[in-house]
Amino acid sequence: MKKSSHEVWVYIEKKHNNIADVSLELLSKGRKLADKLDGILKAVIIGDNLEAMAKQTFDYGAKEAIVVEHVDLKDYKTMPYSRILSELVKKHQPRIVLFGATFVGRDIAPRVASNTLSGLTADCTDLQISDVTYMKKEYPKLLLQIRPAFGGNIVATIITPNNPVQMATVREGVMEMSPLDKPVEGKITKVPYQAEELDKLIQIIERYQEKCKVDLKCSPIIVAGGYGMGSKENFKLLQELADLIGGKVAGSRAAVDAGFIEHERQVGQTGLTVRPKLYIAAGISGAIQHRAGMDESNKIIAINTDPDAPIFGVCHYKIIGDAMKIIPALIEAYKNKLK
Amino acid sequence: MTYNSIVLVKQVPDTANIFGEVMKPDGTVNRAKLPTIFNPEDKVALELALQVRDQYGGKVTAVTMGPPKAAELLKECLYMGADDVVLVTDRKFAGADTLATSYVLNKVIEKIGNFDIIFAGRQAIDGDTAQVGPQTAEKLGLPQITYTEKILELNDGHIRVQRLIDGGHEILLSTLPVLLTVVKEASVPRPFSAKRVMAYKNYIPPQLTTEDLDVDIERCGLNGSPTKVHNIESVILSAGDHEIIEPTKEGLGKLIDKLMNDHIFG
Repeated sequence: MKKSSHEVWVYIEKKHNNIADVSLELLSKGRKLADKLDGILKAVIIGDNLEAMAKQTFDYGAKEAIVVEHVDLKDYKTMPYSRILSELVKKHQPRIVLFGATFVGRDIAPRVASNTLSGLTADCTDLQISDVTYMKKEYPKLLLQIRPAFGGNIVATIITPNNPVQMATVREGVMEMSPLDKPVEGKITKVPYQAEELDKLIQIIERYQEKCKVDLKCSPIIVAGGYGMGSKENFKLLQELADLIGGKVAGSRAAVDAGFIEHERQVGQTGLTVRPKLYIAAGISGAIQHRAGMDESNKIIAINTDPDAPIFGVCHYKIIGDAMKIIPALIEAYKNKLK
Repeated sequence: MTYNSIVLVKQVPDTANIFGEVMKPDGTVNRAKLPTIFNPEDKVALELALQVRDQYGGKVTAVTMGPPKAAELLKECLYMGADDVVLVTDRKFAGADTLATSYVLNKVIEKIGNFDIIFAGRQAIDGDTAQVGPQTAEKLGLPQITYTEKILELNDGHIRVQRLIDGGHEILLSTLPVLLTVVKEASVPRPFSAKRVMAYKNYIPPQLTTEDLDVDIERCGLNGSPTKVHNIESVILSAGDHEIIEPTKEGLGKLIDKLMNDHIFG
């Protein structure tokens, strides 16, 4: 095994000219991992105009921000971003590299791992440092990459015993975001960008994130009702909740068939597939066809009178009860918090 | 102009039907004992490839790496309309993680050659990693478009694709060849053709093994996999994963606090 470094890197993802929450969460976790390794935390940022973001990483304990800035790098593109990061990893051989398990992270991380022949574990739900005995050999301070697999039927602990670089992706909201009381004195290291022919194979023709805000598929919050809502009239309650918390209303197929809501708003196998930050399923039993359209939502709240309803099998928060009583109570509880 | 496609497909355990005894002592899964299905997004990837062929002409070759039993999957590809299939199988490929898998697939694709588009599902339901597609593209030195929702146009050596991004979509123009990974909403796979089922019922797909491929054995299978399974714990479904919220003022208030802390709203 090559002599390994003690650097923990976090690939910093941008969102609307700020650092994405998931990257701040990873910096917070990365700082703890670096402490256990007696190493240091570094942030890597690729883009344009990155000064403020680079400094923000110091609030989370990064001792160095490696910055690659160029006007051509303004928006994420697989190439050149992955090429730039691969070159940095090969040159500096960090011990650990962490990515958000986002559209961007899941696009760039496998390319970098493939290029640098590093181990990569997707969607970790926990990361720890521990000495490990594997195949009768001792490995000090390995990264334990803990993740669910097989549709959540097992939890596996993955290790990368023989490679200098260990990589992992983590979903947003899994790690806790904890800025330091006092930022560290970090330094910014600028690395020049050198364009290559390969970088131009793909061009971005159009990107529409804004326009999508009115679209159910892109709404960060969806309040969905099923047949259990009872009537079209009762769906107004869902609309009231959705308006209050900045979401959109959707329905299950049964609700659409019953005429409670229009077909354009149907979620499920024969409707839309959605992946919002929050999905509230009210009076939806959760047939497999419905679950297929929403089970990748970041957080799911399910409300149903039947404690054995299949929807509870995919939810994060289970509320047993009548949606007609619970939705107004939720509206009330939310309004109280705003006061 | 015609376009040739290679589609990467995988037979996966039906993850709704997994029980303890199918795990081997080393922590890997004894796939032979599981009910298996066509990985759903790979099936959509094959459908897109068939649509490209039906519209522009060319040839669709489906490739899978797996145990000999995976030949069933390739027959299903033929039933749907694939022109050619290849089974990549060898004990030395067993236990591969995504890196070792992509290494072998890249050698297979090089051997098949003469392609314009490589299609793959975004991810397989057994691991949900979404890594093999991009890792293979990197090894081949090809551009990639992940989360493909729609092929808008193929024209004169270029492809215009709509893909999902965080909170929206983007439209990309890529040169060919390119590797696309496809999300489930991209299309609905066609049913088997009864005529093709009759024609290929007893077909035995051609196989490629380590002997047919220019591979370094040390980079294949478990040996070539940097990640290792250290430990596996079974999860008892329906018990642990969710939190029960009491439908009281206090319970709901706490739930709102949690969601606010998680930056979901507020």
